Amino acid sequence: MIIEIDKLNLYYGDFHALKNVNLSIPERSVTAFIGPSGCGKSTLLRTLNRMNDTIPGVRIEGDVTIQGRNIYASETEVEVLRKRVGMVFQQPNPFPKSIYDNVAYGPKLHGRMKKAELDELVERSLRAASLWNEVKDVLKKSAWSLSGGQQQRLCIARALAVEPDILLMDESTSALDPISTTKIEELTRELSKKYTIVMVTHNMHQAARISDRTVFFLNGEVVEAADTQTLFSSPVDQRTEDYISGRFG
Amino acid sequence: MNLPATDIRTAPAEKAPKRQRHIAEEFRGKFYVYFCVLLMIVIIFSIVYFIASRGLAPFIANGVSVKEMLFGLKWNPEGDPAAFGALPFLFGSFATSLLAAVIAAPLGFCASVFMTEIMPKFGKTLLQPAIELLAGIPSVVYGFVGLSVIVPFLRDTFPGQGIGILAGALVLSVMILPTITTIATDALRSLPSGLKEGSYALGATRWQTISRIILPTTLPSLLTGVVLGIARAFGEALAVQMVIGNAPHIPHSLFESATTLTSIITLEMGNTTSGSLHNNALWSLALILLLMTFVFVFVVRVLERRVKR
Repeated sequence: MIIEIDKLNLYYGDFHALKNVNLSIPERSVTAFIGPSGCGKSTLLRTLNRMNDTIPGVRIEGDVTIQGRNIYASETEVEVLRKRVGMVFQQPNPFPKSIYDNVAYGPKLHGRMKKAELDELVERSLRAASLWNEVKDVLKKSAWSLSGGQQQRLCIARALAVEPDILLMDESTSALDPISTTKIEELTRELSKKYTIVMVTHNMHQAARISDRTVFFLNGEVVEAADTQTLFSSPVDQRTEDYISGRFG
Repeated sequence: MNLPATDIRTAPAEKAPKRQRHIAEEFRGKFYVYFCVLLMIVIIFSIVYFIASRGLAPFIANGVSVKEMLFGLKWNPEGDPAAFGALPFLFGSFATSLLAAVIAAPLGFCASVFMTEIMPKFGKTLLQPAIELLAGIPSVVYGFVGLSVIVPFLRDTFPGQGIGILAGALVLSVMILPTITTIATDALRSLPSGLKEGSYALGATRWQTISRIILPTTLPSLLTGVVLGIARAFGEALAVQMVIGNAPHIPHSLFESATTLTSIITLEMGNTTSGSLHNNALWSLALILLLMTFVFVFVVRVLERRVKR
């Protein structure tokens, strides 16, 4: 288990957003978080790379252990953590720089590299995000000239360029058209051979299509976590069944 | 479902007067808006026409050469032969404004980064109102403070009498700080939060995010603020006039008495009669100021287009 979450409670001011979450996430697999809006699935995802730190009034209790290290321990450097745990957001958010500089941004933050090494890393990352063939001739062009789907794959390449072990995807296809969505889904499957992927999705069918494990959230609680097939074919909890059969949500 | 039996085509006839009232209202609204727009355009064109007609008179009626006005070093409109060299004033205006911008821009950028990225709460409740207050202080007060604080300080610290380009630039830099800071703060606030998150998520520190993402992305807007600040400094008369010394020559150092376009206009305007050559020559200086304002507005427009891209 690469990620272990133990008795995690999270509060936004007085609001109890995550209630006693216990969860283990296996390595090199796709884990999907599903549940209705406001159920805490994105919040939990963002605790895994401590992106909630920037929000004022957040209080966190409990432990999150990644690769054997408690990420909320005082000696944890959040920059090092985020290098190991990459993130792709809901809206594609490439920087207003060239395609090349977008991918090279992360590696440059973490140390100097020779030009040839950097070139190689950029190419490898873009290939891994299956974007290389589309952009190899226009690397100097602004990233904002790409289509939405291409921008999102660029953001994946950018995240991969710092060589993380875990990739968090926060509804990363919800702003994209169906064809781009399919591409990202295929890419996600492909990437799970090398990376641990944790994704939040609004779309149950997407979870069913590409995830190995699915976690169902409701009102800040984990209702059920199981193999995707098991969860969708024979849910144990009545609330899970109601949700996946479309009775609410 | 039971729909109400009214249809737009078969609507009762008594609705008609109401529709006419709408049309009348619509017409009145349109009339007010067009009238105001027209009035504004007329006012602006009248001002430009007035300044241009007076300001061009020395060149057309009295044969003063444009070259002499822009590059001449001697200013003596009442003398015989009369001299109309405005270069020292132009130099003084540009030197004080640009130096003021050089001093104020880093301060303004830092203040706005502090207010948006580092301590948003403190920035919003205390620092921002304080900086906005600076914009409300009358320029004569700035000049007075400059005269009684900055000038003596410069006189004691550096060679010279304290009055001069540096004193003017220091006073102006405080005056344009609100302009630069406010525009920079707005630009930083309107930055999509996704960009910052994207940078943090790659393991960037706050300083790396500020210097590599936030500042480069907002640079055109930041420069817009600086140009507007320069424009304000260029047009400021009173505060500068009180601390610059008003000697009509190009100074050899920052601590030597100099003057600006605006200072000369305010100082000499009262001593001339309307329609005289001297008076018209001052209008020429005003025309130069006006044209410079157009240049600043143009630069801002170009920068804004870059922001949108």
